[in-house]
Order: sequence, then C-alpha cells, then structure tokens
Amino acid sequence: MEGTVGVVTQFLDSNIGVVATLGKIALALAIALQVAPIMVWVERRQAAFIQRRIGPNRVGLFGFKLFGLGQPLADTIKLLFKEDFVPKQANKFFYILAPIVPAVMGLLAIQGIPLAKEIVVGGHTINMQPVSLNAGFLYLFAMSALGVYGVALAGWASNNKYALLGGLRASAQMISYEIAMGLALLPMVFIYGTLDLQAMIAAQSDSLLFGVLPNWGIFLSPISFVIFVITMFAETNRLPFDLAEGEAELVAGFLVEYGSMRWSLFFLGEYAMMFTLSALTTCVFLGGYELPWLSQSELVALLTPVFSAEPATWVASLIGLVVLLTKTAIFMFLFVQARFTLPRFRYDQLMRVGWVYLLPLALVNLVVLALIVGIMRLT
Amino acid sequence: MTASINPYFPILIAFVLGLLIAGGATAASFLLGPKKPNPAKLDVYECGVPVVGTARQRLSVKFYLTAILFILFDIETVFLYLWAVLFDELRWFGIIEVGLFVGTLVVGYIYILRRGALNWD
Repeated sequence: MEGTVGVVTQFLDSNIGVVATLGKIALALAIALQVAPIMVWVERRQAAFIQRRIGPNRVGLFGFKLFGLGQPLADTIKLLFKEDFVPKQANKFFYILAPIVPAVMGLLAIQGIPLAKEIVVGGHTINMQPVSLNAGFLYLFAMSALGVYGVALAGWASNNKYALLGGLRASAQMISYEIAMGLALLPMVFIYGTLDLQAMIAAQSDSLLFGVLPNWGIFLSPISFVIFVITMFAETNRLPFDLAEGEAELVAGFLVEYGSMRWSLFFLGEYAMMFTLSALTTCVFLGGYELPWLSQSELVALLTPVFSAEPATWVASLIGLVVLLTKTAIFMFLFVQARFTLPRFRYDQLMRVGWVYLLPLALVNLVVLALIVGIMRLT
Repeated sequence: MTASINPYFPILIAFVLGLLIAGGATAASFLLGPKKPNPAKLDVYECGVPVVGTARQRLSVKFYLTAILFILFDIETVFLYLWAVLFDELRWFGIIEVGLFVGTLVVGYIYILRRGALNWD
C-alpha cells in the first residue's frame, strides 16, 4: 500500500506538466459543456420574465422542482432520442461535418482563457491558462473566426434556399465586424504592452487609477470596450445581429434542415463562444480573475496564516475563478437581455454599422490613444 | 524533473477531445434515435409548400467587393498588432510611421466611401 502511494506520488511529481495540462483542459471543457445547458435554462426563464410568463419551472431533479433546472437535462435526453436523418438533397459529408466545426472551435477557444492565477502544488507552479501562447488572445480571435465556417458550410451543404441565404449572411456579417473588433482591442495591446492575457490582468491589478478606481481597461479605453461589446454580439450571431438565423424571414436560416443532436451542437458552439468572448472582455477590460482593490497576491498573503502556504494559493485561485465566472455571467445576462428587448437589424443596416460607423470610430480611438500613451510614456 | 511541454501541444489535446465530444454526440443520437424515413420528411423544407427550383443556382453575391475590402483592412489590422506589441521599443518613430500608414488607408477608405462601395441598397 505504502509502495503504491509512493509510486503514484513519484509519477505525479515527474509528470506534473502533463497531468496539470490535462487537468486544466478538462476544467475548461467542463465549463464550456456546462455553459450551454445552464444558458438554455437561463435564456428561457429570463425571456419568460421579460414577457410576463413563468417559463419552464416543472422539470426538477430527484423530486425537487429547483425552478425548472432539470429542464436542460430533459431537453438533452429528448434531443438524443430524436430521429437523426440527412435530407436527400443535402451534401452528406459537409452536412455531417458542419455542426462539428463550431462545437469544436467553441471548445478550443475556451482553452485560451486564463481561469485563475497560478497555483503552487508540491513546489511546482502551475499556470491556470490551458493554452498559454506568446500570441496571446490572437489565438482566441483565430478560433472564433473559424467557427463561422461551420455556419457557412451548413448553409451550403443543406442545399436549401433559406439555409444558403443564412450561410451567406453569416459570412457577410463576419467580414463587416472582424476589423472593428481587431482595431478595438489594439489600443489595449500597447497600453499594457503585451498580448498575453495574464500579463494584462496583472497590469490591471497592480495600481489604482487616480488613487480610487481599479486600473481596469474599461476606464483606460471606454470606446474600445463599447465597440468590442457590440462586435461580440455580431461575432456570436446573437440578436440584434442574428441575421444568419432570422426566424421571421429565413425560418431559422442555416439551421432549417438540422435536427436532433446536430442542431444542438450548433448551440453548444454558440454558447461556448459567447462564454469565451465574455471572458475575454472580462480579462481585457474588467480585470479578469482579480477582485477590485484586492489583488490575488494580497489575497494569498492574507490567506497564508489561515491555511499554509500552498493551500492558500489554491483557495485564492478558487476565489479568482468565482470572480471570473461572476464577471462573465454579467455579460451572459446582457446577451439574453438584449435578445429579448431589441429588434433585429436589417441586413444592410448591420453592414453599415460595421463599416461606416464602427471602423472609423475604432481608427480615431486608436490614433488618439496612441498619441496620449506616447505623450505620457515617451516624454 | 518537470519537462516543459510545447505551448501548442495543449491545443492538439483539446482538439482531439473536442472532436470526440462533438463526434460522440452526433454518433449517439444517430444510434439512439428511431429510423422512419418517408419522402416528405427527406424533402427540402420550404415552409410546407412544394419546392420551387433548386438552391444550386447562381445568385448575385452583392458583397464580393466588401469581401475584397475586408482582406485589405484586415491585413492592415494585423500589421498594426506588430507595432502595438513593440510600441515602447519603436517610440515616436513607430507612432509617426503608423500615423502615415493609417493616414494612407484613411484616404483609401474615404475614396471607397465616396464612390459608394459601402452602399447596399
């Protein structure tokens, strides 16, 4: 028995890198897979409250109603047992491939989010960002842009006029918003001097702005924040920019020929991407996993007398994870609130907002901030 | 001791796991669901009315010009990222260079705006 424990400890000690990587990926995947069912429930409940209905409140777990929290589970089981067929006119290979693309990209993108500050286990410092590249958040941009291929592919492969129009609209939307999105985040790169999200979060917690406010990106560059949040809605195909779906005129657009689990894979991808972009906004503009006015290193110092040195980092990181999820939940709430209070944009209006308003605004914001930062830092 | 892993390796692991999850979900519903096809079910869905024509026909994609402009401006954004990372090293030289670069693009942008390339009516 003693020997087995010793062997296991030794194995963990020598392979800490691999074990920690697998653990972090599993944690991020678990979060991404939980977001979809929970958001389905939140969305239906919140819609019901906005429209003065009650919403799903019957299905519970183990005899408890729990405000209808069992509903997503019941939905999943229902979707699993639905008939799964390929329409005869569809291109079979791409029809099957299309829903897998956004789901996989959603699950991949979430790996780029720093979930908490690093923890110390047995003398090893473990960085809590599953995919930590020197390219930083450009990885997130790449993954979220690749998700559009799934929608465009679904539109074409379905061989249905509505679906084709939906897919076309998704690509048109992508080319209208990506530029403003990229330009909105540019000032943040030279303000913090890095592309790495963890370094950005560290820069946001190390000092106070005017001695009072936390040094968050939202206060340093408010226009970037506004542009980024608008483009985030367009990037995830959510109302008021859900033209690819457009239930009223395109009878669900690219989703029209899809059913059962394939249909829900699109939503898995959509919710995972919503969560990832919300978490990215949190990291860049709202201090990520750091509490305002109390940084994680101060928290570790406070907790060390209570626990011992290493568990203190675990507890602090757990608090950090909860803080990150709370801030992200605010944006998820905003997504749902916007969906049921705003009407859908018209197609040309959407492209005009992207090209004629957001792009010049982002450019002006970039130039002005470059001059301000240049004068403050270089003279 | 701790062998360092290539930072891109976790992406591969996550990609394989993601494929397994997405593929597994598709396969599970394929195996569990009933199989009762009929001609009406397999037909194109156009709100229940008989299908008119086919979706495989030529249609005018009005935004092909926008797509070309997108490539131009997107590459511009990528160039600017390089400058933003090296902001402190390049100092005023970088800011002035980028000012000229952005200025040139703004002239082009005003041109396409005035020529009506961004009108979709």
